[in-house]
Amino acid sequence: MTRDPQAALVALHRFGFGARGGASGDFTNAASDPRGFVKVELARPAAALLEAPGLQPSPALAAVQYAYQFDLKQQREAAAKPAPETSAATMGASAKPETMPSVTGADVMKPDARLPPTKPPLNVIQKTYRAEALARIQRATLAECGFVERLVTFWSNHFCISANKGPLARIWAGAYEREAIRPHVLGRFADMLKAVEQHPAMLFFLDNQQSIGPNSQAGQRRKRGLNENLAREIMELHTLGVGSGYTQADVTSLARIITGWTFAGREGRLGVPGTFVFNVNAHEPGTQVLLGKNYPDTGVTQGEKALVDIARQPATAKFIATKLARHFVADDPPPRLVARLQDAFSKTDGDLKALALALIESDEAWQTPLNKMRSPYEFLIATGRLMARVPEDPGRYLSGLNILGQPLWTPAGPNGFADSNAVWAAPEEMKLRLDIAAQVSSRIGDSMDPREMLDLMAADAASSETRQTIARAETRQQAFALLLMSPEFQRR
Amino acid sequence: MECCESRTSLSITRRALLLGGASFAAWAYLPKFARAADGRDPRFVTIILRGALDGLATVAPVGDPDYADLHGSIALTRDGARPAIELDAFFALHPAMPQFARMYKDKHAAVVHAVATPYRERSHFDGQDVLESGFAGPGRVQSGWLNRALGALPRGERVMSGLGVGATTPLVLRGAAPTVSWAPVNLPQAADDTAMRLYELYRHRDPALATALSQGLQLDKIAARGDDMRARPKNGAGAMQLTARGVAKLMAEDDGPRIAALAFDGWDTHANEGGPVGRLAQLLSGLDAALGEFESGLGAHWRDTVIVIATEFGRTARINGTQGTDHGTGTVALLAGGAVNGGRVIADWPGLKAANLYQARDLAPTTDLRAILKGALHDHLGVSERVLASAVFPDSAMVKPAQGLVV
Repeated sequence: MTRDPQAALVALHRFGFGARGGASGDFTNAASDPRGFVKVELARPAAALLEAPGLQPSPALAAVQYAYQFDLKQQREAAAKPAPETSAATMGASAKPETMPSVTGADVMKPDARLPPTKPPLNVIQKTYRAEALARIQRATLAECGFVERLVTFWSNHFCISANKGPLARIWAGAYEREAIRPHVLGRFADMLKAVEQHPAMLFFLDNQQSIGPNSQAGQRRKRGLNENLAREIMELHTLGVGSGYTQADVTSLARIITGWTFAGREGRLGVPGTFVFNVNAHEPGTQVLLGKNYPDTGVTQGEKALVDIARQPATAKFIATKLARHFVADDPPPRLVARLQDAFSKTDGDLKALALALIESDEAWQTPLNKMRSPYEFLIATGRLMARVPEDPGRYLSGLNILGQPLWTPAGPNGFADSNAVWAAPEEMKLRLDIAAQVSSRIGDSMDPREMLDLMAADAASSETRQTIARAETRQQAFALLLMSPEFQRR
Repeated sequence: MECCESRTSLSITRRALLLGGASFAAWAYLPKFARAADGRDPRFVTIILRGALDGLATVAPVGDPDYADLHGSIALTRDGARPAIELDAFFALHPAMPQFARMYKDKHAAVVHAVATPYRERSHFDGQDVLESGFAGPGRVQSGWLNRALGALPRGERVMSGLGVGATTPLVLRGAAPTVSWAPVNLPQAADDTAMRLYELYRHRDPALATALSQGLQLDKIAARGDDMRARPKNGAGAMQLTARGVAKLMAEDDGPRIAALAFDGWDTHANEGGPVGRLAQLLSGLDAALGEFESGLGAHWRDTVIVIATEFGRTARINGTQGTDHGTGTVALLAGGAVNGGRVIADWPGLKAANLYQARDLAPTTDLRAILKGALHDHLGVSERVLASAVFPDSAMVKPAQGLVV
């Protein structure tokens, strides 16, 4: 087999998270069989699933969040009452002094007590968010090529929620990805679509739990009505794409069809708190016309049938094919590649594993030079991999992502993070990446030789200019910062 | 200690050298304003509000008999605990905007109502593309109207480039004309020597990254002069104020940028929008504080400043079932600055009767936003009507620049 260093760089950087440091042999393996190196991950059963000790399902997390909010409320009410001295003075000696120390004692015993006193202890929502982030970062750092994890981040961004929507969204952000995205990354698009649109995190993020059929029992009684936010984004961002021919009337129809799609709340009146439920009392009765087809009111299946049909629309295949090609290959992807992916999507009824294979099998996807910028997440993960450091705490990654404009699971809007060089190679972004690279490098020890790291990362695919720049650097730290900022490391 | 100090001063010199070279190349192509001839040195700022601002909640048509019913529980009123601020007999301003109200009273701020871009669909992202690209339809995202206006200005030694604010430059300012960018952030900087080496590597291997890096490195120095820019914003409203403070400081410099573009997110108020207090009120209060920062930070230059605040489209006239508003059409644009011919609400009011609403749901647009932008660019920066109708806002000859927006 011929050795192909440029194709190895494509395999590792365009489709994966970059070579791992240490004795991984990633570059050598990728160079001997670039396509096989990428594809091997797809063959593993359950390759995309993520389970780790302590990660809980959404309903359990909802219970945690509700309990936390209840505690906060109790504390606020307690604080609003007269201070202990006053009560002691007016009521005489009581059991109060005994209860106070035990509360303080519980606080000190929390694991966060070791943090510097200037930082307030993390609450349970932040702790969950960080545990989920850590599990995701560790998985990406350890993955062989990382193609499956790259697919997970692609789909997670396509169907994004924002942790900034509220405490529930933050505590659910990681579980949402594990429950709605990962099981279907190598499965069927229609299944992912249904899992996403029925996940409590998405229903909460795009307000559907508040949307009520105006003619439903609840609508008549409470004088509340439709919120078309989720319906619009399903069509515009999740499936058909804007300008693909649907109308305002279609958006409103879909909004009516999915009224009643909600999740059970704290009191559990509708079901187990934090689970998807179909609330028939909020569901708009009657047949709806969507994209020219009648959908009789069959309850929850009215919406499920609509989603199946939307997933099969040619516009959906085209929209997904374009977005996938744009993400992996080029801001303006080759039309032949898009056509090939669209074809694969349509012919297999949205088989996402077949779609990923079609991408890897195409010649267009292997064209060089590598021209897209790594996203901040890809940049930071690739950095950790090259340093062969599996983080025990996600703090540095999370703050790095914040600074570089890609806060984890927190895009500015439902369209997710941008996916273009105009955004990730902007002047301010480059300056910040350099500052981050310098900061990371300031912490490397003298056991690392940046020249060897360059060989692990790109071997003979590295340019002579980059090689020279690294070799001539003043310090190891400076050399490593330059390596992290080199075109070979930044572009994919 | 001596050793360390001398090393520091050496590296500052090195970066100054690097930046001197880079900025020289870029600035040689930068324009001078036609109005430099009459002694004015104008500043122009565009603030994009992403997410679609509810114009009817920002400047409420309290004199319209249908307003209170349509906006329901979140409608502003002339009385009550938090009354709206009267602008004239018909319109009243959201109470979260006292600075803007004061500027309006001093005739340094104006409102344009029932305004919209030519976009008539309801996608945020397409709507923002139309607003920022200056083209009549979506899909043209290579350059923005402000960048092309910058490119059309006469070239000369009185130089100024556009300043894009944020980790990424907003589309409105992206394009062929040189721009620089800046964002408030708290991070120790890489050594100047490392930056210089990287710049050399990029120059040989990746010219696009060389350009981006050299531009990214040059501006934070000026912004850091003076008070502390490093305090981290706590929330969206605080971030607006902090950003505006930094931008005003940059623009107040003699050799600082004269043109800037900012984008503030978060205006997509589908649920629990709030009335005199609440979510939208918090955002408007942040925007108002940002305007206050521009006024104080620009100092004497405020006199020659025009700030245009625009959003991709409006929101439904009637509130939805969740105390919010869905995507709509007509909305407001706000003008502020010492050079604004203010103290008025510019509106050809379409009325809010059901028959007068656009598609029976939105405030009908009666003013094309491009007329306002063209008027400001023409009167304030001296961009010719011909260039405005072709290069800046392509195929817009039928949209005449609004007259008399600038003093």
